[in-house]
Formats: sequence, C-alpha cells, structure tokens
Amino acid sequence: MSMLALEQLVAGYGPIRVVHNLSLTVGEGEVVALLGRNGAGKTTTLKAALGMVRVSSGRVLYRSRDVTRLATHRRAMLGMGYVPDDRRIFPELTVRENLEVAIKRGSKNGRGWTSERIYQLMPWLKEIQRRRGGFLSGGEQQMLTIARTMMGNPEVLLLDEPTEGLAPHFVRLVSDLVKELKSSGTAVLLAEQNLRFITPLADRVYVLESGELRLEGTMAAMAEKQEVRALLAL
Amino acid sequence: MTGLASAASLFLLAVGLSLIFGALGIVNFAHGSFFALGAYFLFALTRGDAAGFWHYLPVAVAASLVVGAVVERVFMRRVLNRAEHYQILLTYALLLIIEDVSKICFGADYKSIGMPKGFEMPVFVLGIPFPSYYLGLVGLAAAAALLLWLFLHRTRYGTLVRAVAQDREMLEALGVNVPLLFTVIFALGIGLAGFGGAVSLPLQSISTGVAVDAVISAFIVVVVGGLGSIWGTLLGAILIGEIQAFGALVLPEFSIAFTYVLMAAVLLFRPWGLLGRPPAVRT
Ligand SMILES: Nc1ncnc2c1ncn2[C@@H]1O[C@H](COP(=O)(O)OP(=O)(O)OP(=O)(O)O)[C@@H](O)[C@H]1O
Ligand SMILES: [Mg+2]
Repeated sequence: MSMLALEQLVAGYGPIRVVHNLSLTVGEGEVVALLGRNGAGKTTTLKAALGMVRVSSGRVLYRSRDVTRLATHRRAMLGMGYVPDDRRIFPELTVRENLEVAIKRGSKNGRGWTSERIYQLMPWLKEIQRRRGGFLSGGEQQMLTIARTMMGNPEVLLLDEPTEGLAPHFVRLVSDLVKELKSSGTAVLLAEQNLRFITPLADRVYVLESGELRLEGTMAAMAEKQEVRALLAL
Repeated sequence: MTGLASAASLFLLAVGLSLIFGALGIVNFAHGSFFALGAYFLFALTRGDAAGFWHYLPVAVAASLVVGAVVERVFMRRVLNRAEHYQILLTYALLLIIEDVSKICFGADYKSIGMPKGFEMPVFVLGIPFPSYYLGLVGLAAAAALLLWLFLHRTRYGTLVRAVAQDREMLEALGVNVPLLFTVIFALGIGLAGFGGAVSLPLQSISTGVAVDAVISAFIVVVVGGLGSIWGTLLGAILIGEIQAFGALVLPEFSIAFTYVLMAAVLLFRPWGLLGRPPAVRT
C-alpha cells in the first residue's frame, strides 16, 4: 500500500493550470524526491496534495483513501505533514509555543514525537525555547519549521526545498533530520533542486518540467543520467 | 472614578473588537451593536428590575456568545476571504439590522436598571460620593482582562488564537480546525461586548443609538492601546475613559476633541499603539 498517491492530478491557481496529469506515489518509509527547476511546479504539487491549491481533476489518495475533497486540517489530522519552503514559523510565538501549536489532540496515529524528544535531537533548540520565532536566524527557523511539523507525528511528510538558502552547517542538520525521520518509518516527499543534497537521501526520484513529469526512477538509476542534470539546468 | 468605570466598560467592548480584528482580520462595525444587545438581553431578562441582575447576567452573556457564534457561521464566514469593502459593508449592514431588530423587539426608548444587589450604597472617595458599583465594574473588567490573558498565554487553545492571527493557512496545515477556531474567537469577542453592555446597564441608559458611539470609542481605544495587546487595550480604555470624564468636567464642548487629539498623537508617534508591538522582523 502506498502512503500517498497522486493520480492524474491537474492543479493550479484560478484558471491557470500549473500541474498537468501528474501521477506519483510515495511508499511506506520511502524518501521520494520531486526535482525540478524554479517554477517547475513542485510547490504547487505539494500544496495540491494538502488541499491548499485547487485541484481541477485527478485524485489525491492517502493510504488508499480518497482525500481530494477533504479540508486541509483533516488531511493533517489523518497524518499528512507539510513543511513550506518559506519557513512559516509563527513569528510572535516562542519556539516552545511554535512546537506546542502542532500537537494534535485526538489524533491516534503517531510516531511518538514530543518536545522532549525533539529537544534531545536538537539540544540547541531547547536553549532558545523562550525566544520568539521572528528573532531566529534563517537556518534556525527552517529547523524549527521541520521540528514543528514533526510534533504532529506525520506518517507522510511533504518537505518543500528545505535547504534553499541555508548555510552548509544547516544543510547537514536538515539532512540528518531527514535520515532520522526515515529511520523512524516516516515517508517523505522531498521537493528539491539540490541534487547533491538528495542523492544520499532519496530512494526514488521524479523530475518535473513545466508542471509535467519528465523522468522517474530509482535514485541510483537517476544519478547516472545526464538528462536529470539538464532538466535541473546544472 | 467616573472615568474608571467607563474605562471598564470600554475595555470589555474594545478587547473583543481587537481580538476579532487580530484573528479574523475583520473590522467589525457592528461591534457596538452587540454591546447594546447584551444590555438589552439583560434588561429583557430582568424586566428592568435590578434584583435579578446577578442571576441573569450569565444568561445575557451566554446569549451574546450564541449570537456571536451564529453570526460568524451565517455571515462572517462568507466574507472572510473577500476584499475588505465586502466585510465593511456586511458589518455595517449588521449594525443597521441589529438596530432595527432591537427597536422592534425591545422598543426605542431608553433602558436602564437600578444598582445591582450588594452595590446599593455609595462609597466616598475624598469625601465625594460615588456609586459603589463603579468599583464593582472595575473589578469585573479587571477579572475579565486577567482571565483573557491567562487564556491567551497559558492555554493551548489560546496559543492557537494567537497563532491564527499570524498565519491561518499554516495553522490549518498543522491540523487545526481553523473555521471552528474562528467561530470560537468571534463568539468570544461578541460575548465580551455583550458582557460589557450588560454590566454597563446600571450606569448608562441604553438605547439603539449607543451602538455607533460605542464602536467609535472602541476603535479609538484599540488604536491608542495597540492592536492585539490586552494590556494596551486596558491602558487605552483607562486613558480614553479618564480623558472623556475630565474633559466633560472642564470643557464639556471639547471632550470628544481631546480623545481625537490623543489618537492622532499616538498614530503619529507610535502607529502600532502605546503597548502594541511593531511587527516582528522576519528573515
Ligand atoms: N499564487 C500563484 N498564482 C498564480 N501562479 C502561481 C502562483 N504560485 C505559483 N504560480 C506559478 O506556478 C508555476 C509553478 O510554481 P511553483 O511554485 O509550483 O514552482 P516550484 O517548482 O515550486 O518553483 P521554486 O523552485 O521556485 O519553488 C510558476 O510558473 C509560478 O509562476
Ligand atoms: Mg517552490
């Protein structure tokens, strides 16, 4: 059974269609990369999967259940997690409050993430837990955004360009975090342009261009292909 | 003293306005109407007899909460994502509707009620007698401020209320039922306005005309105190309450002008309000 499946998805903004007939799957415990250069439609795809962008046709399946018409917060309660590319921490809330907001009451699924476990994994975060989110550095905000979504114990995590604009130190931390998630059994759909970052992490890869699927395959097979580098304009 | 008492009712009114604007982004022109409605509810329940004041006060507040929840579900929800002028038109329409409905249901005459039980005797401050209910009203408003602060800063649901003001889409993606949260916040804001109206009834006679005065004063309080800050709203209410009270004593014709001068000064020098925070920097 796949954790997440998009079937023939068409999605966009108002009359503009950005993603065309996209189909992809993310299996249990798998890390799947969604590659594509700027404007290829990665963010749109992730948002459509969560119901934050309008889907005009096709289906979104979560654990084989059709969630295409379900409200975003219900999908989240079922176990879908989302980390946006623009680090939307709550700037007026403290680090601790940012984490608390994501605790899901009355949701049964779970990998048992608590603020204690998060702080164990990121001790530096505990030291700044009383600081307001708006006063963190970009890298700290990115880590907090991921940690916050983890507090909701997602079964499948949609991660949008987590390394964009980060210093190498934080890129390593994000990479470790993705490995940690994978080893705890969380499935991850990772939108990226950074081939070097995803190579050691991803099991499979989809490559988008102008909202259409161009290539798909295992990471090992894709790493060989010059075509991928061309599609990413490397 | 008079200033403090009117500050107390101004605070209850303005804090709900600020809460609703902060979270839903809606400027509720009908806010003063719900203040009047709370007073009408209490008047109707007690039949104008102060003996039933404490008994029926919770009922009047509960009725205001229910009205708030229904209005949010039926009306506000439809304009949440619309342009601002739709929201302004809608809340202005609500103001007119509530005014007319109140006239039909409760009549257009002035309503007031005697001093509630326990506060019949005056107190003397510097030898001048004041209704002791002034103190009761200040106590009620202070208790409401404290409870609201505890709710917003010490409970998880309160944290959600603060978070939704910052990023509602993200909050929804984290699994929070934002539409339900909006209903709760709107109902709470309206409940506070209704509470303010009800507890003001012994001091101030209410007619349908108070709605507009009330909402304007509430706006000034919020602007002066700083949006989204409970203590700012409290400070704003005290300043405006006192300025109006002293202004009425010293230069009655200009008492309104004083409050506008204060508001203009605050807008010029601290546009985010006295205790409001300038928007946090985002990197
Ligand atoms: N809110 C919007 N309204 C209209 N068009 C949009 C909107 N957001 C994105 N688009 C368009 O949709 C297309 C795909 O954008 P999207 O953000 O999904 O790409 P992306 O692959 O995530 O790019 P990036 O690497 O820059 O994040 C782009 O052409 C963009 O201009
Ligand atoms: Mg993007």
